[in-house]
Amino acid sequence: MEFKNDLGKPWKYEEDGYTVIRTSVWSPPGCHPVGCGLKLYVNKDGILEKVEGDENDPITKGRLCVRCLDLKEVIYNPTRVLYPMKRDPKYRGQADKWERTTWEEAYEMIKQKREYVIENYGVEAIAAFSGTGRNGGIMVQEFAHEVLGTPNACYTQSGYACYTPRAAATAAITGCYYPEIDYAGGVEGTYDNPDYKIPEVVVLWGKEPLPSNGDGLFGHALIDLMKRGTKLISVDPRVNWLATRSAIHLRLRPGTDTAMGMAWLNVIINEDLYDHEFVENWCYGFDELKERVADMTPEKAAEICEVDAETIRKAARMYANAAQAGIAWGLAIDQNQNGTQAAQCILSLIAITGNLDKPGGQLVGEAKAAEPAVDDDMTSTYAATGHQLDGWAALGEELRNKTIGMKEYPLYVNSIRNAHADLMLDCLLTDKPYRIVMGMIQSTNIFAPTNSAESKKWHQALKRLEFVFATDVFMTPTIQACADLFLPLKCAPEHNSINYTHYSGSQIHFGITNKAIEVGECKSDVEIAVELGKYLGREQYIKRHTDEIAWLNNRRAQRNLIGGGKEDFYTIREKVHIQQGRKYYKYKTGHLRPDRQPGFLTSTGRVELYAYMFEGVGADPLPYYQEPPFSPHSTPELAKEYPFILTTGARTYAYFHSEHRQVPLLRELNPNPLIEINPEDAKELGIVDGQWVEISNQFGSAKLKAKVMPTVRKGTVMAQHGWWFPEQDGNEPNLYGVWQSNINTLIPNHYNGSLGFGAPYKCMICKVTPLKENYDVDMNEIQEKFKKVVD
Amino acid sequence: MAQYGLLIDYELCTGCQSCEVACKVEHDFPVGKWGIRVFDDGPWQKDDSNDEGSSFNWNKIPVPTDLCDGCEDRVNAGKKPTCVHHCLADVMTFGTLEELSKELAKKPKQVLWVIK
Ligand code: SF4
Ligand code: SF4
Ligand code: SF4
Repeated sequence: MEFKNDLGKPWKYEEDGYTVIRTSVWSPPGCHPVGCGLKLYVNKDGILEKVEGDENDPITKGRLCVRCLDLKEVIYNPTRVLYPMKRDPKYRGQADKWERTTWEEAYEMIKQKREYVIENYGVEAIAAFSGTGRNGGIMVQEFAHEVLGTPNACYTQSGYACYTPRAAATAAITGCYYPEIDYAGGVEGTYDNPDYKIPEVVVLWGKEPLPSNGDGLFGHALIDLMKRGTKLISVDPRVNWLATRSAIHLRLRPGTDTAMGMAWLNVIINEDLYDHEFVENWCYGFDELKERVADMTPEKAAEICEVDAETIRKAARMYANAAQAGIAWGLAIDQNQNGTQAAQCILSLIAITGNLDKPGGQLVGEAKAAEPAVDDDMTSTYAATGHQLDGWAALGEELRNKTIGMKEYPLYVNSIRNAHADLMLDCLLTDKPYRIVMGMIQSTNIFAPTNSAESKKWHQALKRLEFVFATDVFMTPTIQACADLFLPLKCAPEHNSINYTHYSGSQIHFGITNKAIEVGECKSDVEIAVELGKYLGREQYIKRHTDEIAWLNNRRAQRNLIGGGKEDFYTIREKVHIQQGRKYYKYKTGHLRPDRQPGFLTSTGRVELYAYMFEGVGADPLPYYQEPPFSPHSTPELAKEYPFILTTGARTYAYFHSEHRQVPLLRELNPNPLIEINPEDAKELGIVDGQWVEISNQFGSAKLKAKVMPTVRKGTVMAQHGWWFPEQDGNEPNLYGVWQSNINTLIPNHYNGSLGFGAPYKCMICKVTPLKENYDVDMNEIQEKFKKVVD
Repeated sequence: MAQYGLLIDYELCTGCQSCEVACKVEHDFPVGKWGIRVFDDGPWQKDDSNDEGSSFNWNKIPVPTDLCDGCEDRVNAGKKPTCVHHCLADVMTFGTLEELSKELAKKPKQVLWVIK
């Protein structure tokens, strides 16, 4: 049948009494920067009546996940905070003590407190804490360095165990930004573009892109590729749905990825399956790498990873023999003390097989030219570089050196311009090396179990601050317990913005978020940065980034995006979706270096399989396998008491981390926190499907509902993260039940890798105890309580 | 009048539940009621399984319920049903039984639901 479509419609048009706004959204509510295209149908009263996927989006073509489909239940949720609110610090933890205030008064409170802190403690006594998946999250450095003037921006997850470890390893080894698989997102006509080639093989390594869409990779592009012939290899302890559609699945023991990676290198090098041309001309340290992986035979790795040696060989061969292949490497690499070395192995695999910057291989972004030619048709730049560097530089060396963790982990601190998370927690609790007095909680629910380890310590730590202001959409346990001022944020349909795949670091997509509606007195992160910056007398907001649009124009220009930032926001908004175009083999043309010389932006100009950058900070320059800090092998005595391996962090379609629990329709998809357990283990412990259990270890405990699944390895349990219960009592000590199912209370701090990155979120140990009690939520109550306020 | 159907290639249905949610939002069904549900066939280990791929049988099979009206209003306005429009794996087709049954014959692992 033939159907109508809206292809070619302008960014704004009228239809059936609605104004329809086409937009590309990225949070709030949280998501990765996929920038999916939406059509927002706004009625005469300015109410958003309907959300549809926009078929003009060149990548999604109108498809949407459940979270945008149900966006109205977020926007018009009766518990959303619509006005600035304040509360006397002596009433922290008391839900009924908030009072409505004005933005003016809120800014004044921040100003006074900041001046008091600067005078009595120094500006470094202010910290700005961020989370993940909000477009404001990547502004934390700006809030810290440029608005507040402190060096202490801090992403609070132990070992910054999300993305940054992978990105930092990539920068150190290749001088490039994150290498994403090439799914043709950046080129016109996508899969049909003549310069593009379909990857013959995609390896899913510790990544389940369908629900996660990590860093803007449109997960279901994998399905598009499979329809066009791509074969999959899965490297994952669990059988997820994609693994059932994979040609090979390596169900490795959690946390042993580096051994697996070294074995692949061993096979590919010893069987002479590598790309000689690329290795000779563009790699440094191949012989050293060869020597290092010589001992890690498939047999040895098979023993460590508990898989079959022959299957390791087959997988390595299948990857290396493909004409072009990609590795989609995920969070599992970061959430591992040995993760930097796993990243090193994967980068080495990508390089020695010649898949780096090849059509259908692995995408890397282009470097900004030192002196850009006027007509330089540059398509993208390294993410983050150029973005907030100016603020970091402007702090001055003395202040930068005061960043918590600068002495211990300089590569961590300098590469992401953040205080080290685990050391920040110590600092908050002990006032050493100095006391932190004032905090900003920026779009993050710190101790709901996503972005912290030993979450109860973070609770204690944040309560020690004298003054805390927070930005968010909903009241959270963290804000309820620790904050004194709540600044309400706009959701995606309410602000203007720009989003980029990989935060601008890949040549894929960038999208324009077009404002369609207003709700309450909410403001966007950008508006808050600009207004607060001005209020605090910060010069660049008074002179340069004077409003939301000026900010967007300037920041976009810094990122050197399409048109070199020459067209202004009002012009580019009409395009809504922009594919960045791409150049392949940039190492040959000089487009990976600011000086436009061929090669890579490293000290040797080559991909450093032998990582000088690691050596420079006293770390091993070559990959090595290290057993997880807690495991049947490293802590055999403890493992008797805690016989299960605990993995966390797997994603669901319904939720973005700790968000969306108050959205009735999404909650109905997954009403209770689940833990997957193998049928044999369940039987031994007398646990039936749907029964509540308690998991515990030497650090903490959590209650979850068992889902008996043959897809998890025997001896391993997989627990959902992010849980709290907005329907429960918000007062201390209950705090919306944030401790009931808080799996991060079982994860320790300070088990980071040698560079300060990584933490064992996906390879801890625990025991499992069946419970008699039933904590099932009543969905009718949820529907009643959170039913949207408009129809 | 032509009879309509929904053809679903469940080999690549990922279980994303966009069909369920799109349908429920469109029709404003309350808690517990749905116009389409995605059921699990599996996961169970196949007899010949080894550590290689495809060792598990796991299919996600969407089934329209008695509340499915074939998105009559949308279809009358010339639009695709909302489940079809938003399906993340792009595995749903709406059409007349005549055209869909031809598609059905082309490949295994599909289901054809007749809209009542
Ligand atoms: S992936 Fe993100 S932007 Fe896309 S539909 Fe889902 S929530 Fe919306
Ligand atoms: S055709 Fe319409 S009513 Fe039927 S399942 Fe799909 S969305 Fe629901
Ligand atoms: S929307 Fe499509 S892929 Fe998702 S569950 Fe439904 S039929 Fe399957």
